[in-house]
Amino acid sequence: MQDTRLTPVLSIVGLLLLWVVAAFLTNDPQILPQPWDLIPPLQQEMASGALLRNLGATLLRVVWAFALAMTLGTIIGLSMGRFPVVNRWLDPWLVIFLNLPALVLIVLCYLWIGLTEAAAIIAVTLNKIPNVATILREGGRALNTELDAMAQVYRLSWRTRMRHVILPQLAPFIAAAARSGLSLIWKIVLVVEFLGRSSGVGFQIHLYFQLFDVAMVLVYAFSFIAVMLVIEWLVLQPWERRVRRWRVV
Amino acid sequence: MIRVEIQEKRFGSVAVLGPIAFSIGEGETVALTGLSGVGKTTLLRLVAGIDCAFRGQIARPDRQAIVFQEPTLLPWRSTLDNLTLIHPSLSGTDAEEALGAVGLAGKGSLFPGQLSLGQQRRLSLARAFAGRPEFLIMDEPFASLDKDTSETMLTLTENLIAKHRPATLFVTHSMTEAERLADRILNLHAGPDGAVVD
Repeated sequence: MQDTRLTPVLSIVGLLLLWVVAAFLTNDPQILPQPWDLIPPLQQEMASGALLRNLGATLLRVVWAFALAMTLGTIIGLSMGRFPVVNRWLDPWLVIFLNLPALVLIVLCYLWIGLTEAAAIIAVTLNKIPNVATILREGGRALNTELDAMAQVYRLSWRTRMRHVILPQLAPFIAAAARSGLSLIWKIVLVVEFLGRSSGVGFQIHLYFQLFDVAMVLVYAFSFIAVMLVIEWLVLQPWERRVRRWRVV
Repeated sequence: MIRVEIQEKRFGSVAVLGPIAFSIGEGETVALTGLSGVGKTTLLRLVAGIDCAFRGQIARPDRQAIVFQEPTLLPWRSTLDNLTLIHPSLSGTDAEEALGAVGLAGKGSLFPGQLSLGQQRRLSLARAFAGRPEFLIMDEPFASLDKDTSETMLTLTENLIAKHRPATLFVTHSMTEAERLADRILNLHAGPDGAVVD
């Protein structure tokens, strides 16, 4: 009998084996250390408190940028999906911002606002908003017009309409935007930190890049991947299961 | 009580409805019949206040309810929530009672997707009557049901209308339904400048 739950575990084990073989063939820990060679630097960073401090700084930026991008992107996308006139005005902007390289926005934000925390978060938020807006625009277009009519005839309040009629229909779109958003945002946060902050995983990677310390670069990268996986398993997936439970029947 | 005075309803350059005037008295049930595509649902949407882009005026009471061709429920909320969210003043006991009145007693915790189509239609009826409407609008409420279910629904609707006595306007293709439920039948038919009633 095949247990499908084992597949992801076996897949990760396969990746680790590939790493071990590649490190063995490279035969240079400076370029690619073995996975177990990361344990001493990991313990060192944990003991000094640097790892947790920098993970915390990056996570805070991710949370701020995520919350801002999801809120603004949802409002913009939903307005574009619901009102054709808004879509006609904002669609060219969306195309421009979707195709604007993340690096350009980051550099411009730092140049215009300065090397500040606000500039870093705004740069990440601006990079993510077009993506959220595009997904939520489709959500707005897919809203059931008969449910709208029902809400109108029964004179539901704006709050009830949003909470019980509109948002449940948008939930799959919000979940898709959140999932793709989280992975995109933390990668951009690292670039932002790499270029203009003095804390966070991106800053540490920049530091150890200059010292050519591959082990430390990997320690910080994997630590943050672990944090994001925990968020995915403990927050996103349970929330998604909850909002989809009515579909199971 | 309900006064409809439409001068014209257009979709772009096409006049869909011409001059139409009628009224529905308190407790009166009016059936709206006509060929497919003549504009019955369009007229119903104007009367319900769903579409306000027309020339003319319609006077209707505040407390109104609608039953669509499809049940149009909130599939992500329980059967009971489908009543209490739409009618916030409804107590849990009143909502259970409303479910019982349409034969859905004890099904309050189920999601609409766990009900049959016939039961979903009953829930839609329960939702309409739970708010004690002064004006009830129904758009082919018995369409696409098998003969037995259709008959059961017709009887249920007849009893609920007799009990609550709302002014009712409903669209139907069936003369049998119209003659059984309605005090008066309006026939919508094509005219030179959009559909009109007689």
